[in-house]
This record gives sequence, C-alpha cells and structure tokens, in this order.
Amino acid sequence: MNNTDYTILDKAQLSENVYRMQVHAPFVAKRRQPGQFVLISVDGEFGERIPLTIADVDVERGAITLIFQKVGYTTGQLAALSVGDRLAAVLGPLGKPTHIEKVGTVVCVGGGIGVAPMHPIAKAFKELGNKVICIIGARSKELIILEKELRSFADELIICTDDGSAGLKALVTQPLKELCEREDKPDLAVAIGPPIMMKFCVETVRPTGVPIQVSLNTIMLDGTGMCGGCRVQVGGETKFVCVDGPEFDGLKVDFDGMMKRLQTYRAQERRMVECHNEHGCNMLKQAAAVEAMQK
Amino acid sequence: MNTLAPEELKAQADSLWADIQARQPLKPADRAKIPVQPMPSQPADVRRHNIQEVALGYSESQALVEANRCLQCANSPCEGGCPVKLPIRQFVGAIAKGDFDGAIGLIKTSSLLPAVCGRVCPQESQCQKFCTMGKLHKDISKSVSIGNLERYVADRERLSGKAAVPNVAAPTGKRVAVIGSGPGSLACAADVRRAGHEVTIFEAFHKFGGVMVYGIPEFRLPKSIVAAEVEMLRRMGVELIPNFLVGRSCSLLDLLEKEGYDAIYIGTGAGLPHFMGIEGEQLVGVFSANEYLTRANLMRAYERGKAATPIPESKNVAVLGGGNVAMDAARTALRLGAENVHLIYRRSMQEIPARAEEVAHAQEEGIQFHLLRNAKRILGDEKGLVSGIECLCYELGEPDASGRRSPVAVPGSEYVLDVDTVIVAIGSGSNPLIRQTTPGLEFDAKGRIVCDDKCRTSLPRVFAGGDIVLGSATVIKAMGQGRVAAAAINELLK
Repeated sequence: MNNTDYTILDKAQLSENVYRMQVHAPFVAKRRQPGQFVLISVDGEFGERIPLTIADVDVERGAITLIFQKVGYTTGQLAALSVGDRLAAVLGPLGKPTHIEKVGTVVCVGGGIGVAPMHPIAKAFKELGNKVICIIGARSKELIILEKELRSFADELIICTDDGSAGLKALVTQPLKELCEREDKPDLAVAIGPPIMMKFCVETVRPTGVPIQVSLNTIMLDGTGMCGGCRVQVGGETKFVCVDGPEFDGLKVDFDGMMKRLQTYRAQERRMVECHNEHGCNMLKQAAAVEAMQK
Repeated sequence: MNTLAPEELKAQADSLWADIQARQPLKPADRAKIPVQPMPSQPADVRRHNIQEVALGYSESQALVEANRCLQCANSPCEGGCPVKLPIRQFVGAIAKGDFDGAIGLIKTSSLLPAVCGRVCPQESQCQKFCTMGKLHKDISKSVSIGNLERYVADRERLSGKAAVPNVAAPTGKRVAVIGSGPGSLACAADVRRAGHEVTIFEAFHKFGGVMVYGIPEFRLPKSIVAAEVEMLRRMGVELIPNFLVGRSCSLLDLLEKEGYDAIYIGTGAGLPHFMGIEGEQLVGVFSANEYLTRANLMRAYERGKAATPIPESKNVAVLGGGNVAMDAARTALRLGAENVHLIYRRSMQEIPARAEEVAHAQEEGIQFHLLRNAKRILGDEKGLVSGIECLCYELGEPDASGRRSPVAVPGSEYVLDVDTVIVAIGSGSNPLIRQTTPGLEFDAKGRIVCDDKCRTSLPRVFAGGDIVLGSATVIKAMGQGRVAAAAINELLK
C-alpha cells in the first residue's frame, strides 16, 4: 500500500504561467470523481500545503493530472520541478464529488485556470446525456487552455478573451446572460474560476432563475475539516470548503466575505514571491469592467 | 513558582539526597518534611522569546529526593486517579531506591507514552489529586510530583538510547488498520503489533503524532519525543502511511472488504473546531486555535523566513477560551512576537479547565487574563480586517445542574480591546467525514462514535477510541482507550 511515491511523470507548460503535471498517486487516481481536489506539498519539512484541483486521471498509470498557475510561492516551487522529481505529499481525493445527473442542458463556465476543474465536470455531465455548452474565458488567446479537449465533446464551445484575440471580445458573463435569457434557457449553470468571475456569473443568472453551482478554492491547511481556515458563509451558515464543498449553491455564497478572506496572507505572500501577480490585478480590472457594464 | 536556576536546584537536591541517605530508614514525618522539588524551567522573560521547552526536567538527585517524599501508601490512592492505572506506588518506590530502569519498566506495563504523559497529563486532577502527601499538607501542589518523576525516567531511558524495542509475537497473518496517529492510535498499534498482527497506521497529515504534533506546541512537548515514539513503532514493524485520509483516499469499509484488513481502530480525534457564532467571525484575522497552532507547530511557521506557510504578524491578540488549547495558542502568539495577548474566559480562575502548570506559566509569561468576560462581537475595519473585540463582563450566579456556578452577563458592561487577531479556542466537535462515508456506523447526537466498554462500535470488526468517542478529552484517556481497543482486537483475532 505504498502511496508515498509522488513522482512527476509528465510536465508541460500550457501558457505563460500555466503548467500541466502528471503525478503518481494511485490511490487518488483510483478514487477520484469530478469536482474533487488534492492538497499537495513540495517540501516536507518547511513546505506549505496547497489545494489543487484534479484535472484528469490515468488509473492504469496510477496518475493524476494537475493544472496549476504559477501565482505564489508554492506554485512557483512546483513549476520549477521536472519530470522524475517527487512531491513531498499528495493528499486526496478531497471534497465532495460533484453531483452529476441528467438535467437537460448544462452551461459550464470556466475562467482562466478554472477551466481545468470545469473540464471533467462538463465531461461527466455530457456522459450522462446532458447537452453541454461550455464558455471559457481568458485574457488573451495564448492563455486559453483545454480548448481541444472541450471541443471534443461539448455541444457548443464559446470562447471569450479580454482583448478579442480569440472568440468573442467579452467577459464570460455576456454569453452566459444571453443563454440564460433565451426561451430554452439552460437547466443548470456551473461556474469555476476566480471568485470575482463566479460572483458575477451568479449575479448574471440570479434574475433568470437558472440554478448555478460554483466550486470554491479557499485557503486550506489540512483539508480534513480540522482547521476551519477554509470557512465561508453559505446561506448565512458557516461552511467548510474542504468537507462541505468545494461545490456550493452559487446563489447562497457570500463571495465578498470569501474574497476578503483570500487576502489574508497577500502581503506576506507578496514578500515571499518577487514576481508580480498579474493575474490577480487583471481580475480586479475585469471586476471593475463588469461592475461598469452592469450600471 | 520556582525562580531558581537548574544548577541551584540540583545543588540543593544533592545535599538533600545526601541527608536522606544518611537518615534511612525515613519515617513518614521525615518524608513530609522533604521539600517539593520544583521543576527547573527557562526563566519567563527568556522563554517567551523562544520555542524551546519551558520545563527542563529534574536532575537525578531531584528525582531521588522527590520520590522519597512518597509514603508508599498501602492502598495507593494515586493509582485510582490514573485513567490507565499506572503502578504509581511501585515505580515511585523504584526511583526512591535509585532503580530507574526498574521504574520505567513498571510504567511501560501500563503506559506506552510516558515521556508524553509526564508532560501533558493534568496530574493535579488525576493521580496527584489523591496523593496522601498533598492531603497531609492540605495543599494539592505539595502532592508527590508523579508526573515529573514519570517524565524523568522516560527521558532518562530515551536519552540513553537504550530503549528496547518491545517483543513482537510470531506473525499471525492477521492485519489491522489504525486510522489516525494520535496517542490512542499509537497505543493501540503498539499493543496489536505486539500480539503478532500486521498493523498499518493511516495518517492524513504528512507527519505522525496527531494532536501531539499539530496541536501541542514544541515548548510544551518537543516534537523529537513524539518522533522517537513513532520510530519505535516503525522498529516494531508497524507500517506507517502518511497523506492518506480514510473516508476519501479509501472508505473505511473498503479497508475491510477490499484491502484485506481484519479489524479497524478509528482514532481520528475531535477534528472540527467550534466557533462562537458571533458577529465578525468571518473577518480576516480570526482563527480557530486548530488552524493557528497547526500553522505554528506542524507547518513550522514560527521559523519565519524558512517556512512557506504564513502566520499573521500579530501585535495584539485575543484568545477565547480557558483550556489547554487556549493557553497553547496564547503562549504561541507571544512567542511569535505579539506585544499583548489577552485571554478571555467566561468563568473564574476556579473553573479554568487548563492544567495548573500551563495557567501558571502563561501568567508568568505575561498573558493578560480577562476572567468572567466573554466576547460579544469582533469588530473589523473597512478592509475586513479585525480591529477589536467587544467583551461583556459576567458574574457568577447560582449553581447550575452540574453544580458549577454559571456565569451571568452584566448588562451594559461592554468594553472594547484593540486587537488585530482573534483565536477561538472553545473546543471541537466531531469531524463528519467518517460519518458521511461509513454507512451502518452508529453515532450519537454530538457526532461521536457510539462504543461499548471494550471500544466496540456498531459495526463488526470496527473499534474506536479517543476524542472521536469521548469528545474533547486528554492524551492519557485516548491512550487508555487505544489499549482497551487493542485488547479487544487481539481477543477478536485469536
């Protein structure tokens, strides 16, 4: 039952700061269902434990695929590893699996790196016979990930970029709004991406009556319900993302509170990492743009 | 508390020991006159700036002198107060004669973690509470220092490097899974392994020891001691698997049905922190004690610059609660550089549940106690950061059903403390994961696993013990249950 060999079997750079890694973790691969995540650590003695979504699995190879963006100290360390290196820890699969059922039409929205966890969920909905429409958003053409994979099964794929270098020059909320205001509106929406994107996706569908599931990625430590660091207000109750989530009814999530809590260590993290977090800043710009759009 | 340096204490004890030897045999009245041997410790103004252990341990002569305070009562009242019924009279008697190897051997017949228990047991409410010497002086602090003596012989053996690997019976071919690696699990694993069964410990964290590594700080229980205990299990042939969360990485029932285990011990602990349910708990800067301590201890955040896990650089901290965990959090905050640490507890010093030694250490180190006070709400600034805590004063009212005088709020007594960090240490509930993923396993209304007196659960071949059964208890009680369960497992697998 040796499960401590977390060797990196494969590594690819998908865009400027986004990497895909296949890591040996047979127990996780065997048990994982769409919507679940792992906690990983790069350094066993002084390392940090960070949650990453499982983008795919290869049960035969006993491997899981992680797609991550180099944004902080630990993701920077991770990106610097090569095939053959080992991670110090991989714990999972964590979180409740996505509840997949046949509902009719499902629109799946993925923003930035959020496309990675959205992909297996969309695929699972498709496999159960749903019509699946995918909307993916990125800053520019170069930052789009998993387009080919999504196109292979999605009934429709809508691409949005901030600069119009691919697909629509729009935020993901624009096609989502159009779909949800149609006569034959989707039966379910799923949104995974930066908190600000999920927040505006929720506000977009709220008046249309389309239910929306979101997948939250908060600060975590143990991933087993022991620390409460990942807590978020959902429908006025305190929920732990690691054991109660990561998926919640988007209409009930207190995104503003969650976004504040995500800032907890920003200053310290910034000191740990010299490189500038362009992605974060861009999302704030996008938020301002969405707000302006809605006014 | 003692303010003498370790060398001075040793010199005093040396001369007392010479005196005792010259006057053998001692009469009870002579023993009663021997002064209690204080635990040598780091001075408060030094230790508040470091993470090293506060209590430094007895010298040999101190141990000899302290053990000679024991009256060797025929009825051993102390043993009645010990959850695992250590042969206290005998082991203290062995120390009194200088037979340290004999003493540790006697302790190990009942306790597998003496170096841990000697440090963290609440002796004043267990063995030492019933000590005749304490009763004679009408002062519980004058009881024989049983915990300090236990620690002395355990440390002496460990540091000698001569600790023997316990004998393991011939292989039985039976396999037992132990879930979690806290004190109950380690004790259970050791006893089951000794009977010749294969044992696998599954731990969700990357290090073994449970609450002894993530919760109890280095300054109270050095991690090297826990590591030594874990290493001993490994040498006995116990398989230790980290990063494995039963309920997620594999279901509990699959361990029995698919992975070929013949029995399971669940020792997952009380792993779901309670919050107050007051306004402001979502603010940035509010932590459960579990999170704060895990960051500091397990993730080594106290080694700033080396550890990747961040911890806030707090200046003014409020800790809510009065248990050992509250003391640990408060004293950790101090060591991480906080200037003011306020401990807010809603009853009086009389009812405070923490060990007497921890309360005393916390006071010496400058933790500011706000007794008969409770948090009413946490205040935040426009960025969502904690800026203060509003407290309400209480007074003790009529005794409640439990006989304790319950605190009653004093209307209009609110006041605000300026703090940037709030640590909630008011206890834990039961982690729901095993419950959610194990059909057929019976739980009570509080989410604790229902067990009989042999730690058997409602499922055949599944046993449980420690905090997941008892609620928030102690290291020694968990260890006791681990041993009870191990006996039942060994019986089952005969």
